Amino acid sequence: MTTKRLMKGNEALGEGAIQAGCGAYFGYPITPQNELTEYMSRRMLEENRVFIQSESELAAINMVFGASVAGARAMTSSSSPGVSLKQEGLSYMAGCELPGLVVNVQRGGPGLGNISGSQADYFQAVKGGGHGDYHLIVLTPGSVQELYEMPALAFSLSEKYRTPAMILTDGILAQMQEPMEAVKIDTTRDENRDWILDGCKGRAPRKIRSLLMEEGALEAHNRHLQDKYNLIKTQEQRYQLINEQAEIMLVAYGISARVCYTAIQEANKKGAKLGLLRPLTVWPFPEKILQELALKVKAFLVVELNAGQMVEDVKLAVNGKTPVHFYGRAGGACVTPGEILKEIEKI
Amino acid sequence: MKKLFSKPESLTDTDHKYCPGCGHGIVHRLVAEVIDELGIREKTIGIAPVGCAVFAYDYWNFDVTEASHGRPPAVATGIKRFLPDRVVFTYQGDGDLAAIGMAETIHAANRGENITVIFINNAIYGMTTGQMAPTSLLGMKTTTSPFGRDPKLAGYPIRVGELLSTLEGTTFLARCAVDSAKHVLDAKKAIKKAFEVQLAGKGYSMVEILSQCPPNWKKSVPESLEYVRKEMMSYFPLGVIKDKTKA
Repeated sequence: MTTKRLMKGNEALGEGAIQAGCGAYFGYPITPQNELTEYMSRRMLEENRVFIQSESELAAINMVFGASVAGARAMTSSSSPGVSLKQEGLSYMAGCELPGLVVNVQRGGPGLGNISGSQADYFQAVKGGGHGDYHLIVLTPGSVQELYEMPALAFSLSEKYRTPAMILTDGILAQMQEPMEAVKIDTTRDENRDWILDGCKGRAPRKIRSLLMEEGALEAHNRHLQDKYNLIKTQEQRYQLINEQAEIMLVAYGISARVCYTAIQEANKKGAKLGLLRPLTVWPFPEKILQELALKVKAFLVVELNAGQMVEDVKLAVNGKTPVHFYGRAGGACVTPGEILKEIEKI
Repeated sequence: MKKLFSKPESLTDTDHKYCPGCGHGIVHRLVAEVIDELGIREKTIGIAPVGCAVFAYDYWNFDVTEASHGRPPAVATGIKRFLPDRVVFTYQGDGDLAAIGMAETIHAANRGENITVIFINNAIYGMTTGQMAPTSLLGMKTTTSPFGRDPKLAGYPIRVGELLSTLEGTTFLARCAVDSAKHVLDAKKAIKKAFEVQLAGKGYSMVEILSQCPPNWKKSVPESLEYVRKEMMSYFPLGVIKDKTKA
């Protein structure tokens, strides 16, 4: 039996990645994710693994690209402005079908914004982010415990489908200290490693490329990628559903889901019938469960720390069958349970 | 019968797409010959750039990955740190290495990454058909410096080898050319030395090769070779710039 310990979100995420077999970490300082880079600078060396404080976010994601080419479970982390800089590299990794993990500890934007927790990078995370038609697999932890456990899932899905994954969290969860349990992490890796570059001894040379200039070749590659994304959509939609019988279903992930949870507990004690759908993957988006819920609930209320981003995906899934409301606060501000309950009264 | 000359095993049979008179084909072959001679083909991982050499992975008969524009040193760092017993090299042009990728170039060199960098300096962006490069000479007419490179507008050509020589992390830096048989042989020696530095675990090595780009220079091949000798070599002197293995 493992014992509970108090851990900060950023550090729990780092330890979770190490337990998941992260072989190479590259990072650049930015608040509010610094504890993660600092934690890795010590622990990765203790474990005799690769750690580099890179000269930039561009270098960090391209070091991840290289380590992934060489067969490592490789990762980088940053916060919003830094994650913008990584988009070029992520597009190349998607095009080259390389696994890898990027953590975004979101802060308020646009621009330099501020250092408060935020969920304003949702569009960037789930709609591609860089150039070209691609998607990242995007996981959204909701507690320090999940920050510890999700790197293993992220690496595993990323390798299974050979596409980069992102853990989309925020400055509040990452800075939060909570009791967590260092549960045993599954480190099983995909057996199919016949694409890595480690020298062509005993085999034909391999090439890793996204440049496809021959007539029709890039379109065929895109068809292959879309087939893969469609497979991920059918196989990997993950979520947590609280109060399936609710009349009004809140939809929120990460820190806003935590606030929603408090709100529905308070309200349900007084006889309200509120539920919470918490996506654990925002790409693929849990649209199947939303389609089912749309036939049962009276209304949805989407709560986000932004001006309304995930609400668009909820509306697409619900497709007009049920009213979809939105409440959010942007610019690094956080919603409160009281504000959420006031919004529900308006429905 | 004794075989006197053959295609290196490290080159494929794929036809090069390079223009007549271009130096890339020569340097690709030199790299391939050196890799063959050192017996490291099966443990070498090359990094192809964005630029004219973007198709290098089709020409080399060993593992090669692409990298985004300017980032080969970061990609090489990721590979080499994870697989330190493999031989890792980047092959980059002047725009890739000294403009968009200068930060990666300097910091990989400064960390003393145990990698080899082959740097083709032809003073122009070839693939995009002739724009001004960070190494374009003063007065050089390009599609984006139509009146000649003016230092007031565009600064000065960068001497990369000399710049990197101030960094403690660099071990072997040389500048060569491929304008004549003698210089080709010298270039091969320098490339071999650079790989040997890496094999001995002695750190960062970079060989800059002055090359010619007749179509974008709007010159004939003989005129281009003359331009390398007269203009480029006087600004970018040939020779070993730094060799810490001799210290």
